Amino acid sequence: MDSGNAVFFSRVLTEVTLTFHIIYATIGVGIPLMIMIAQWVGIKKNDEHYILLARRLARGFVITVAVGVVTGTAIGLQLSLLWPNFMQLAGNVIALPLFMETFAFFFEAIFLGIYLYTWDRFENQKKHLLLLIPVAIGASMSAVFITIVNAFMNAPQGFDVVNGQLVNIQPILAMLNPAMPTKVGHVLVTAYMTSAFVLAAIAAFRMLKGSPHLYHKKSLFLYMKLGLVFSLASLLIGDFSAKYLVKYQPEKLAAAEWHFETDKGASLILFGVTDGENIKYAIKVPYALSILAHNNPFAEVTGLNEFPRDETPPLYIHYLFDTMVMIGTFMIVLSAVYVFGKYKNWNFISSRWFRWLIVAGGPLTVIALEAGWWLAEVGRQPWILYKYMKVAEAATTSEHVDLMLVLFCLLYLILGIGSIVVLGRMFRKNPIEQEIADREAEKGGDFT
Amino acid sequence: MNLEILGISVLWLFLFGYVIIASIDFGAGFFNAYSLLTGRQHILTHIIQRYLSPVWEITNVFLVFFFVGIVGFFPRTAFYYGTTLLVPVSIGIILLAIRGSYYAFESYGSRGHKGYSFMYGAAGLVIPAALSVVLTISEGGFISMKKGQPVLDYWALFTSPFTWSIVVLAISAVLFISAVFLTWYADKAKDEGATRLLRKFALIWAGPLAVSVIGIMVELRKHNPTHFDRMVDVWYLLVISAVMFLITVRLIWKRSNYGTALALLVGQFAFAFFAYGVSHYPYLLYPHLTLYDSFTNEAMAIALVIAFILGFCLLIPSLYLVLKLFLFDKDYVRGKEKNHV
Repeated sequence: MDSGNAVFFSRVLTEVTLTFHIIYATIGVGIPLMIMIAQWVGIKKNDEHYILLARRLARGFVITVAVGVVTGTAIGLQLSLLWPNFMQLAGNVIALPLFMETFAFFFEAIFLGIYLYTWDRFENQKKHLLLLIPVAIGASMSAVFITIVNAFMNAPQGFDVVNGQLVNIQPILAMLNPAMPTKVGHVLVTAYMTSAFVLAAIAAFRMLKGSPHLYHKKSLFLYMKLGLVFSLASLLIGDFSAKYLVKYQPEKLAAAEWHFETDKGASLILFGVTDGENIKYAIKVPYALSILAHNNPFAEVTGLNEFPRDETPPLYIHYLFDTMVMIGTFMIVLSAVYVFGKYKNWNFISSRWFRWLIVAGGPLTVIALEAGWWLAEVGRQPWILYKYMKVAEAATTSEHVDLMLVLFCLLYLILGIGSIVVLGRMFRKNPIEQEIADREAEKGGDFT
Repeated sequence: MNLEILGISVLWLFLFGYVIIASIDFGAGFFNAYSLLTGRQHILTHIIQRYLSPVWEITNVFLVFFFVGIVGFFPRTAFYYGTTLLVPVSIGIILLAIRGSYYAFESYGSRGHKGYSFMYGAAGLVIPAALSVVLTISEGGFISMKKGQPVLDYWALFTSPFTWSIVVLAISAVLFISAVFLTWYADKAKDEGATRLLRKFALIWAGPLAVSVIGIMVELRKHNPTHFDRMVDVWYLLVISAVMFLITVRLIWKRSNYGTALALLVGQFAFAFFAYGVSHYPYLLYPHLTLYDSFTNEAMAIALVIAFILGFCLLIPSLYLVLKLFLFDKDYVRGKEKNHV
């Protein structure tokens, strides 16, 4: 195997690891907030159902956190194992947020352990809520710091290159790079959005499977509301991201939109296929790309042909862009109709077909999440450190990456199946009706 | 003291922390599997689970902290160690992943699956072996430079008696540390059956530990005379460590003062670990990489130190809270309450 193959397999292995990790990581960022909100609503409304919701979520969360932690450890080490040249270079400039991420993770791990194992130790639910705050903060902060590292790869700054050496390094400036605000914002709100819609989907699914309990209705309504808020926020920050791209990484947006020729009043392309030059079966929305890029229908948008061929990303990222935006829009409409319909007492939102749509929303949001990350990552090909280092220069020279790829694929298969089986069993064996009955019995026992 | 020394000292401290708490974890998994095999698992399982459940995730963070920190303070280690360690470290990660996740799956999903327990126990011995290879490699002699890229000679590595003596040391240290800690924990829990069994394990594993340490000194003398000589220079640290070891074993033998025994155990490993680290100075990878030629730039080093101090102000009180709730809380340790989500 020559080093060309090592580059290819390193890319595949990193992609597989991240693709698997971000499902659990995103849930890991969002769920603590969702648990916290449930617990808070439960205390405020003095409603046992929300407290139980928090408790049941926490139990399932342990499983996803476990997988998130171990795959996160894997990607953390793989950065150095697969991309040693990149880490050697980047370690000089961007080690600070990486280091801070481990602190945030540490903080979260400590309080999660305390939270999970003190459920029946504190009588006062408010104390328990206090324990959740550091968990939620730790989870969100680790997402913030690790996204800053990724933003730096897209918009490196905070150093000068003199004769091939990095000098004048400013760690804080490297963290506050121009890609940081939109990246961090989008990652956070989409993590909350994904978690909310996944939880709404679970509630809808339980109702479809014949559990008429009030608990599911409350859960569904709560998370559809939160989902609506966070999906609108995602839309807004997504729009900022597009404007960021125009300014700093125009070839990414041009490739995502198959915008070859620079022109004014550029149209937005939806769907379609391309052979590299001609676009077929596409819907063109006139002026929309100019609006997306500059908030002005007649503004000029730089086309892909302006860039050297070996510095443009592959054209298939258009499909990823379409997938992400379509699902995002669909989820906004779906949750808006549901929440609005709830206040207006529309009957159809309680119908089976509408609930099935909500169930589908869970996996769809996860697909949008994956598509968004692939778009962001493949969209900066061929660079690993934009305009400074190409992917091919960064990879390991080791000859065993292909074998490691096979081993890690097996690992993710086991973890994926294992987590689904365990989660399924956990909630099927102990449905909400059972748990409420058990708790009543326990309380009754206290009085005698 | 300059920033390089400060950086490596902090990292060395965290590695030491990981070695101690991960050993407890790995050893516990092995003892649990072993007691399952010999039909005595009812004695140990509860004690082990009560301790491990709230802390397994924290254990993992110590490791993450170490490897993120070393790449931060010494970016060139990524180039040398990253390129060469792909296979052993990947195997370590995969086993850690299976172990960590199955622990959560087991405790929340399906309790008492025998297959998991055995895998869990076996992984606990293979992981220290896979990770301790890094220590062997750092002594030099297994990495050569080809076309400017470091290449690891697997054949030399796996046929070296030095490698195997480090592997034996890693495994016996894991089992000894774990047994001593759990003896103390079981004694606190007033669980006489578990205390008796674990005390026996501690005494059994003290032997191989002592033998493998002597073996390593003999092998090191042949393999890396420079390091051996520097190790002899700090002989007094090693003697302190050895004395502490003997007192630990004696206390356990006499069934008295398990708390002191535990403190001495941490002490003996701290001294040995420190002596090893100091005598390895200034090399991170003999003879290719020293502390100084791999250190990050000054601005980043200062930023990292500040981040470290601030982070530590956050962690120390939190860790204290964990100890208070799960290690020094009598009711929790004795399992008097239902402590589960």
